[in-house]
Amino acid sequence: MNPEILFFFEVLIGGLLAGVMYSLVALGFVLIYKASSVFNFAQGAMVFFAVLSFVGFMELGLPFFLALLVTVGLMILVGMATERFVLRPLVNQHEDTLLMATIGLAFVLEGLAQLVWGVEVRRLDLGIRDEPIMRIADATGIFVSVLDLVAGLVAAVMVAVLAIVFSRTKVGLGLRAVADGHGAAMSIGIPLRQVWVFVWAAAGIVALVAGMLWGARAGVQFALVGLALKALPVLIIGGFTSVPGVIVAGLIVGASEKIAEVYIGPYFGGGIEGWAPYMLAVLFLMFRPEGLFGERIIRRV
Amino acid sequence: MRPMFQRAASALLVTAALAAAPIAPGIALAEEQYMAVPSSRVGPYSAMGTGYYGGIIDYMTYVNKTGGVNGVQLTWAECETEYNAARTVECYQRLLTGPNGQKMVVFDTLGTPGAYAVINRMAEDEVVLAQFGYGRTDAADGRVWSWVFNAAGHYWSQIAVKMNFMAQVEGGVENMRGKKIVHLHIDSAYGREPLPAMRQIAEDWGVNLVEISIPPPGLEQKSQWLQIRRERPDWVTFWGAGSGMNATGMTEAARVGFPRDRMMYVTFGGAEEDMVPAGDAAVGTYVVANVVPGKDFPLVQQINEVVYGAGAGNLANPERVGTVYWNRGVAAAVMWVEALKNAQAIHGKDGQAVTGPEFRDGYEALDFTEEKLAELGMTGMIAPFKLSCEKHDGSGRFKIMQWNGEKFDIISDDFVAAPDEGFIRGLVEASAEKFASENGMTVRDCP
Repeated sequence: MNPEILFFFEVLIGGLLAGVMYSLVALGFVLIYKASSVFNFAQGAMVFFAVLSFVGFMELGLPFFLALLVTVGLMILVGMATERFVLRPLVNQHEDTLLMATIGLAFVLEGLAQLVWGVEVRRLDLGIRDEPIMRIADATGIFVSVLDLVAGLVAAVMVAVLAIVFSRTKVGLGLRAVADGHGAAMSIGIPLRQVWVFVWAAAGIVALVAGMLWGARAGVQFALVGLALKALPVLIIGGFTSVPGVIVAGLIVGASEKIAEVYIGPYFGGGIEGWAPYMLAVLFLMFRPEGLFGERIIRRV
Repeated sequence: MRPMFQRAASALLVTAALAAAPIAPGIALAEEQYMAVPSSRVGPYSAMGTGYYGGIIDYMTYVNKTGGVNGVQLTWAECETEYNAARTVECYQRLLTGPNGQKMVVFDTLGTPGAYAVINRMAEDEVVLAQFGYGRTDAADGRVWSWVFNAAGHYWSQIAVKMNFMAQVEGGVENMRGKKIVHLHIDSAYGREPLPAMRQIAEDWGVNLVEISIPPPGLEQKSQWLQIRRERPDWVTFWGAGSGMNATGMTEAARVGFPRDRMMYVTFGGAEEDMVPAGDAAVGTYVVANVVPGKDFPLVQQINEVVYGAGAGNLANPERVGTVYWNRGVAAAVMWVEALKNAQAIHGKDGQAVTGPEFRDGYEALDFTEEKLAELGMTGMIAPFKLSCEKHDGSGRFKIMQWNGEKFDIISDDFVAAPDEGFIRGLVEASAEKFASENGMTVRDCP
């Protein structure tokens, strides 16, 4: 094959693989948004808090799976505490109030994680190779690592499970009702507290998985908090309320930013992939503000 | 009745405090010199900040515990910048006057953005900006930037040293013709800072230079490394910021099969905290060091014994003593203290605090000979250098190190110099003179 065409496919596949990683982070936002119509500013902090705690438990001598289990338990506790101390006092308050509360929560989680576990950068070895699979490289000339494939698989499984939970279970139905209005949901007997605990705990577990995959490549450190910025254009394009939308949008953002960086970047001095996805998101906001799969909101005036 | 009683109580307390003050041994009577510590202990650059400022504070504690600077005890106040330029300015304002009423004499931002944010205030406030291997490069010309120093080398000398090392590996400068180097850098002024020198050397040597930038925070670098795979360079110089970006650079290099022993990392990417998170992917990566890490230097051992032995260390994890950033912080503080000694000697103020202008005179008089380094217990830790009124940069020499998976191996016996140090100095002076004429700055006459 023509080397230039092969290179284009390599960029495209690289972008799609990066997009899967963005989707994983964006997934946590969607969960919270579906249940409370609030953009969870603390999602990046939850990624950092979860994976730092996981590595911290391993440093204390816990084996991998036990540390994973304990961290999952911790994230459930965080979900319960968030419901009790942050959300419960704000029931029936305006969405902006909840948004501000999540900003505060982000500072608390960031500070708490560093206070308990320290600020040192940690290595996270998942035992998954992040080097090119030579069989694929020899056959196609395209470099893909086992970690790339695992990330894709994990994202697919999580999306499938969450999509089923949201569309086929009573919990999912309850979540959607809560998102439409706290008071209305409570008046028909939907247990608001349990729904919120469930959804924040689920978002915490998603944050842990995202943090583990990102941390394996970049180290477990504060910079993971900044991943939230990568998820924002994914959410705008995919729609804040759609689990499958997050995956499709993640792939679109990943592929388009890589292609933009490689082929258009040199004309702007490079480094355009930081803002290129936001340009794309602005285009979507102009023509399809609810995103690809988001719910079209119609309000009577 | 109550206000009267409060006034009487306050007066009684003040009187009691004044009466008790001279009784407290060695506190109120000792002469003090206030130092400002604009640290960055939280956020994405915390690993760097805790190590570097930890080293500075540990050395000041060591000096205080061993008699002070000719009897002068060092006091300090910290302010958290989070490596943010706006916060650095805020900290600068806050730290300008210390709790004891003294004005600060030296400021060290540990970051180019912060240095650029305050650099124009130094002359007015009469405070030394001690850029320790970072910051504005042409500030090494003391005729133009009389209050700014680059005593641990700057990015132009650093890139020249790296290219010199590449030439050594390739078998000589003549073999560099036709070679390709990718300068992979964070998309910021800091990432582009070495380019003026690098472009000129590349042109002179016939090297093909390709510049690729990474938008911060740099946790995703697939497109950059795919471009590198297509370019097939002989070397990559990596100019990242924050251990997330630095570690990702190595893991992405591994993903595209680029050999790590063809990568050279910047001093602010060349620490244990940058290598460890990348695991095996980091093995073989070269870095340069303006201050050599290690626990065997006599000074490091003394600090360990005197400070950490007494449980007064600043690092939460004492295992970090002797690491790259901690040793660098110690070396920076050594220069503060030696400048203070010089200032006291020059101005006849032995055992007394000095002012900003006096401290600057002391900093300009720094002369780290081999004998001086041996006396300080720092032989081999930094290269000897001498500053002057016009020469505000240090040796400009670096040691080459390579990560072996556990620690850095020092692979150059001596500190490596730029291939033509006069050429780099010429670039510095030309740039400073241009800046001075464009901005109407006064150029000092140096003796």
